[in-house]
Amino acid sequence: MIQRRAVTTTLGAALIGLSGFAHAQQAQEIYIPLVSKGFQHQFWQAVKSGAEQAAKDLKVKVTFEGPETEAMVDKQIDMLSAALAKKPQAIGFAALDSQAAIPLLKKAQAAKIPVVAFDSGVDSDIPVTTTTTDNKAAAALAADKMAELIGKSGEVALVVHDQTSRTGVDRRDGFVNRIKSTYPNIKIVSVQYGGGDQLKSTEITKSILQASPNLKGIFGANEGSAIGVVNGVKEMKRNGKIVIIGYDSGKQQKNAILDGSMAGAITQNPVGMGYKTVEMAVKAIKGEKLPKVVDTGFFWYDKTNIADPKIAAVLYD
Amino acid sequence: MTTPTATTAATATPGFSLRARLFRPATRQKLLAFASLIALMVFFSFASPQFLQTDNLVSILQSTAVNGVLAIACTFVIITAGIDLSVGTLMTFCAVMAGVVLTYMGMPLALGIAAAIFFGALAGFISGVLIAKLKIPPFIATLGMMMLLKGLSLVISGTKPIYFNDTPGFTAISQDSLIGDLIPSLPIPNAVLILFLVAVAASILLNRTILGRYTFALGSNEEAVRLSGVNTNFWKVVVYTVSGGICGIAGLLIASRLNSAQPALGQGYELDAIAAVVIGGTSLSGGTGTIVGTIIGAFIMSVLTNGLRILSVAQEWQTVITGVIIILAVYADILRRRSSNKH
Repeated sequence: MIQRRAVTTTLGAALIGLSGFAHAQQAQEIYIPLVSKGFQHQFWQAVKSGAEQAAKDLKVKVTFEGPETEAMVDKQIDMLSAALAKKPQAIGFAALDSQAAIPLLKKAQAAKIPVVAFDSGVDSDIPVTTTTTDNKAAAALAADKMAELIGKSGEVALVVHDQTSRTGVDRRDGFVNRIKSTYPNIKIVSVQYGGGDQLKSTEITKSILQASPNLKGIFGANEGSAIGVVNGVKEMKRNGKIVIIGYDSGKQQKNAILDGSMAGAITQNPVGMGYKTVEMAVKAIKGEKLPKVVDTGFFWYDKTNIADPKIAAVLYD
Repeated sequence: MTTPTATTAATATPGFSLRARLFRPATRQKLLAFASLIALMVFFSFASPQFLQTDNLVSILQSTAVNGVLAIACTFVIITAGIDLSVGTLMTFCAVMAGVVLTYMGMPLALGIAAAIFFGALAGFISGVLIAKLKIPPFIATLGMMMLLKGLSLVISGTKPIYFNDTPGFTAISQDSLIGDLIPSLPIPNAVLILFLVAVAASILLNRTILGRYTFALGSNEEAVRLSGVNTNFWKVVVYTVSGGICGIAGLLIASRLNSAQPALGQGYELDAIAAVVIGGTSLSGGTGTIVGTIIGAFIMSVLTNGLRILSVAQEWQTVITGVIIILAVYADILRRRSSNKH
């Protein structure tokens, strides 16, 4: 009996504590929940910290949630509907599957809750704006760096994650178009797709190297592709002879940059993405007119600036 | 679906006395679980004005449907003192197979539904054979099936979601509301209706049929059942097959809700289902358990998740609290058993 009473008391105390917490939160004025694609991954934690920074600066309250894996589409929908039930003034949303979320987004629209899409767009005109990395511009910067590092002439290749996703297409086109428009002496000999899979990208890189003995550089368009390129070059014993440029971060990619096997990489700005999402939501609440897309920025990083606090803050392991 | 067979079985077997059933230990556990569910709801209603609103209650019901059906599937297996780790990825596999039949092959809706349930039952049958005939421990056999099915879903779908845009009416399975059409103030989605139909059918199957009787018997004392001349292997295979078929229904529910079969989804869902079963008072050592308890367990999980979200509790703490509640629920059950043994 005593034990049972102890259990009940503990539970009761915990619940009372929680309710106090909840009431304290309700005192806040503007509330903006962010429903993200993920939660545990360092990239999303960085987005979260940006959102929290904005909340502090703009004196609003934000919460940040996302499913455990990017496969859990239904869990994300549950999170979105709980967020809507709280009758927030605005909502930030990074859709795992835009189609699955449409019924709820329509509900938000009917309830006049502005939706700010972040990270990737939603195939719908419901979001008032989308805060995302300008992948085309970021890949064009990678092309400029590549040109600079290989002396503005010679053969280069691309290993891209896929030819259907928005990021895959934009990064490929951004790189290819910049080379074609600005560097007439650089020739793109091959664009291959490895699904962002390290092993597949390794095999692809090896076959590209086999086919092009004079190749000077390879651009890997996301984390998995970039690691694959590094591995492929190593396995073909061409390290030091090929300029490799990557995308995003992660421990392996950072190590490759530090040990010189990769020249450098483009990083998105997840902190800025979180910040802009909240900032745009606040503007939407005030009824301000917003641009269709808000670029959240990107940086070039290499051995020389990888430890720079501004860069280190947006990199993750 | 399973309803017609279950109803015939029910009329064929005489019912037990209501009073006798009300005082069974399993019933008391159910009452305890039900009281916890009510307590949670009362607490969240006081803690947040947004909790007790129709919209939110509907989304709680909606979010329970898939886990509830999976938990029912698990209940059968757990009562036999087995375990099924493959229910989550089997659900996904069934959703993908429905996608293949409906979207790739362009067959009518009824065939897609039948395919999901058929492939669920088939996979359950294979698990059953692995366990009963080949004597592979249930944990390992279903762990293997979990991975195998996850891989197959990815292979068959080409690792991309299969959308059901060309099958009008498919999203109605989960998202529309037959009840809401009749009573506009009660927009309960069909997924919830299906959950309750499955629960009723499963309850009848478990309490009123020979399959149910052997399910409990296998969990209490398999050896004694075998020695009394019952083909335990056969009944075990049947239990896993039924459980697999129920996972097929869960596959339809989730695919219909998302209007797509998401091939990478499913792993981890088995643990939510097992948690619901255990909170509902079914013992992992087999021999006892009820469908009603399982349903209440599933609702406790989703009320807790939704309520903590409504209160904006940080996500990492939500997980901590859910873990604590699961442990407390099972501990309360143990205390109750201990005190009822003393009397």
